[in-house]
Amino acid sequence: MATSELKTKDPGVDPATGEYRVIGPGQTFRSVTVKISRIVLTPHTPLGWFLLFGVGGAVATVLLTALIWLFLVGVGIWGITQPVAWGFAIINFVWWIGIGHAGTLISAILLLFKQGWRNSINRFAEAMTIFAVVCAGMFPLIHVGRPWLAYWMLPLPFTMNVWPQFRSPLMWDVFAVSTYATISVVFWYIGMVPDFGTLRDRADSKLAQYTYGLLSMGWRGSVRHWMRYETASLLLAGLATPLVLSVHTVISFDFAVAVLPGWHTTIFPPYFVAGAIYSGFAMVLTLAIPLRKFYHLEQLVTERHIDNMGKVMLATGFIVAYGYGMEVFMAWYSASHWEAFMMWNRMFGPMGWSYWVLVTCNLAIPLTTLWSRKLRTSIPYMFFLSIVVNTGMWFERFVIVVTSLYRDFLPSSWGTYRATKWDYMIYVGTLGLFTALFMLFVRFLPMIPMSEIRMMLPGAKITPKATAKAGD
Amino acid sequence: MPAREGTYGLLAEFDTPSDLVRAAQQARKDGWRRMDCYTPYPVEEAAEAIGFHRNKVPLITLVGALMGLTAMFLFETWVSVLAYPLNIGGRPLYSWPAFIVPAYEWTILFAGLSAAFGMLALNGLPSLYHPLFNAPNFRDGATTDKFFLCLEALDPKFDLVEGKKYLQSLQPVSIVEVEY
Repeated sequence: MATSELKTKDPGVDPATGEYRVIGPGQTFRSVTVKISRIVLTPHTPLGWFLLFGVGGAVATVLLTALIWLFLVGVGIWGITQPVAWGFAIINFVWWIGIGHAGTLISAILLLFKQGWRNSINRFAEAMTIFAVVCAGMFPLIHVGRPWLAYWMLPLPFTMNVWPQFRSPLMWDVFAVSTYATISVVFWYIGMVPDFGTLRDRADSKLAQYTYGLLSMGWRGSVRHWMRYETASLLLAGLATPLVLSVHTVISFDFAVAVLPGWHTTIFPPYFVAGAIYSGFAMVLTLAIPLRKFYHLEQLVTERHIDNMGKVMLATGFIVAYGYGMEVFMAWYSASHWEAFMMWNRMFGPMGWSYWVLVTCNLAIPLTTLWSRKLRTSIPYMFFLSIVVNTGMWFERFVIVVTSLYRDFLPSSWGTYRATKWDYMIYVGTLGLFTALFMLFVRFLPMIPMSEIRMMLPGAKITPKATAKAGD
Repeated sequence: MPAREGTYGLLAEFDTPSDLVRAAQQARKDGWRRMDCYTPYPVEEAAEAIGFHRNKVPLITLVGALMGLTAMFLFETWVSVLAYPLNIGGRPLYSWPAFIVPAYEWTILFAGLSAAFGMLALNGLPSLYHPLFNAPNFRDGATTDKFFLCLEALDPKFDLVEGKKYLQSLQPVSIVEVEY
C-alpha cells in the first residue's frame, strides 16, 4: 500500500522498516555537532535572519504602540463591552497558551514514552512554549484594566491586609500559568546546559567563550553528572506532564464553572488539552518547516518528524472533533432550552460564520487529509495545513468566548461583539514579538539538542567486543 | 575545593563509547576507585562500569514536592479561614477541594525546582574552573565526540609511572597527565 509505493530510492527511507529515518544517513558525532553549533557560532549572520528579525521586530512595535495607548486610555479602546466582556484578550490568551503546550508535550510526554524522534525538535518546541507563554501571560495582565495593580493577584502581604480568594478559577490560573512558565524555563535551560558546554569549547571568539562558559556552569560531561542530569530530566518530564495537562484544564475551568450555556460543561478540560496539543503541533510545523529549509537541517529534522507530527495532529484532532460533537449532543440531550438555543445560535446566528470557519479549518481539511501518508510527508502541504489548523484553533476560542457570551438568557441583554483596530494591533503585535524572540533564539542558542542527537546515532551503540567503529 | 598542586590525574582518550566502557570496567575490576568518565552524551554503561548506580536527585525532588504541597495548602487554609475570611456563595471557609488546585501547582513547582537545582548542587555546578580543562585534548573532544577515562591522583593506587603504564594496557588513543 502506501508503504511500498513510497519512493524507495529516497536515501531518507530506511529499507529495513520502509519508514523515513529519524536522522539522515552518514551522520557522526562530530558532523552533527559542527552542523548545529556552526549556526550559533558563525560570525556571519544570514541576511534572511535580519529580514525576519526585522519584520518581527517591526510588528512587535505595533504591539508596543497599542499597549502604550491602552495604558494611557484603558480597556475601553477594545471592543469588549457587556455582554461580551472577554474579547480578544482571553481568546488570544488561550490560543497562545495552547500553542505552548505542544512544546511541553514534545519535551516531556514524548520523552517519557521514549519517542526518540522527538530529540531533534524538542529544543525549539520548548523555546516556542516559552515565547508563547510570554505572549499569553501578557493578555490577562493587560485585561485586568489596571495592570499596575496586577500584583494583587499574588498572595503578597501588603499593607491593606487583602488576600486573594482561593476558590476562584481565575486565581488558580495565576498559579497554573506562573508555575508553567517557571518549570518550562527551568526545563529548557537545564536541557541546554551540556550544549552550552559544547558551544563554549567550540567558540572562537572570547565573548562567546565567556558567555557560553558562564551559561554552561562549567559542564564537563562527567558520567556521574550525566546520570544525575538524566534523572533530573526524567523527573522534570514526569512533573511537566501532569503540569501541562493541569494548566489547560485550569484554563478551561475559567469557562466550565460558569452557569452560562456553552460554558457550563464538563467536556472542557480534556477537549481544551487536546485542542492545545493540536494547535501546538501545528505551530511546531509552522516553525520547523521553514527552519529546516533555511538552515539545511533536513538530515536532522526529517520527513519522519513531519509524518509523526501529522499523526499526533490526526489523533488530537479527533479528540477535538469528539469535543465539538459532544457539545452539540449535550445541547440536545440536556433538554435545556438555553443550551439548545446557544448551539443553534452558535451555528446559525449572526456570528455563525465563525463556527463554520472552525469546522472547516479544524475538522474538514485536516481530518480528511492527514490519513494520507503522501500528504503527511509532503512538506508544502503540511506547512499549509499547519497554518489552517492555527487559524481554526484561534476561531475555536473565538467561538467559545464570543458566541457563548453575546446572547445569554435574557434577550434584552443581548449584544454583539466587534473587535477594534487596537484589538487587532495587539494580536498581530504578539505574533511579531513571538517571531522576534524566536529569531533571537535561533541565532544565539542551540536550536537542536546536540547531546540528545548524539545518543540517536549508530555510533552510540555499546558493543560488548572490540572493533566497534562509528558507522551506519 | 582547596587549591592543590601537582597532578590531578591521568586522562585516557578513547574513540568510541564501547572502548571507554570496556576500559572503565577493567579499571574498576583492577581495584581503581577514584576515577571518572567524561562523555559527550549520557553513557549509562560507563556510569555502571565505574560503580555509580544511584543518585539522590529523586529524594530531593520528593522532599521539594512535599514542601510545596504542604506550604501552599496550609497557606491557603490560613488565608481563607483566619487571615481574610470571605463568604463566597455560602461555601465553607475551609473549602479544601478548591485549595487542591494551587497546592497541586506548587507541588510541581517546588519539585521541579528541587530536581533542577538539586541536580546542579549534587554535581557541584556551577564550577567554572576544573583541572581537566587544562588537558589539551579534553575541550575539543569531551563535549563533541571523544570519550575519556580519568584516573584521579587521589586514588590510593595512584602512581604517575605505574598508572600510565596501566592505562597503556587499556589501549587508549592517548594518555595525558592533567595538572591542577
